[in-house]
Amino acid sequence: MVRSDVLKEIASILRDQLVVCNIGLPSQELHLIDDQPTNFYMLGTMGLASSIGLGLAMAQPKKVISIDGDGSVLTNFGTLPTIANNTTDNFILLIIDNGSYGSTGDQPTYAGQKTSLTAVAKACGCDNVIECDAADTGKVLQEALDGDKMTIIVCKCESGNVKVPVITMDPVTIRDRFMGAVKS
Amino acid sequence: MSVNEKIVSDLVANNVNFVTTVPCKQLAGVIDLIEKSPDLKHVPSNKEDEGMGLCAGAFMGGMRPAIIMQNTAIGVTINTLVTLTQYYRMPLPMLISYRGELGEPVACQVEMAVHTKALLAQLHIPTYHFHKEEDVEELDAILKHSFMCNKPVAILTDASFWKGY
Ligand SMILES: [Mg+2]
Repeated sequence: MVRSDVLKEIASILRDQLVVCNIGLPSQELHLIDDQPTNFYMLGTMGLASSIGLGLAMAQPKKVISIDGDGSVLTNFGTLPTIANNTTDNFILLIIDNGSYGSTGDQPTYAGQKTSLTAVAKACGCDNVIECDAADTGKVLQEALDGDKMTIIVCKCESGNVKVPVITMDPVTIRDRFMGAVKS
Repeated sequence: MSVNEKIVSDLVANNVNFVTTVPCKQLAGVIDLIEKSPDLKHVPSNKEDEGMGLCAGAFMGGMRPAIIMQNTAIGVTINTLVTLTQYYRMPLPMLISYRGELGEPVACQVEMAVHTKALLAQLHIPTYHFHKEEDVEELDAILKHSFMCNKPVAILTDASFWKGY
């Protein structure tokens, strides 16, 4: 399974949740698979999906899922200690770890080599860190949503991309629509 | 009221309730008061772009954020300011320790100080320079301005303002 297969598989679970989605192909794929007002698409700023999601979860009581990538977590490694030390039980960080920088042409990341993001997250002090195979992502994500505990999921999948159009929605429209969904 | 107390009381009066900080010696006193304030949620961050991500999320969740950092962070955060804060049009008061100005003992700090205002001007970020203690009187209006126009604003506070450090 590649990332777009995982997103298709979990789309029905994501639909009713607040989702902060990583820059590039992940946002473009989610937008194509199931565009929802509850999705915040990042059009720039690689690495900050987890930080935006954590801030959002701290600010209001609804559950928040940040969909991140291995390359993006490597870009913003400082996020993991911040998450660990600011336990926010309505926050789930889903790292789709395909071992590559997918949006830029599948260059290998260190997460696909000797570095285990699961081990790093645990070493940073995150309490509930679950590594799973791509095929189990839906089950693990649903359990995390039902569990009311801050959870980091590291979903191991294959690298590879499907052709998807870029998002042409205006950023202020994305943000305004999303804030409406947060409040409703 | 001390300068630090005035800053925190202006934040609270403007309903700022989420503050992320990356420390600086000059800002140690105000960060200490922010941590102690029951009205402010304080989330220290490891890097300023991470902090701006937290602030963006907090804003979309209905809170009113602010960030406290050094001017060296302007070099770190240009991409985030442009493609997140400005692109999605979000407010962000940035209380900045303006290192490298008169009274600075560390030569390397001057290297970033000489670029600070030029970078902020290039980014079209409204910028205010607190040099004398009474300049703090403008903070209340600056905070209102940021949330009125949904833009990041920079408040540069130098060593003269802090009376050394
Ligand atoms: Mg990847």
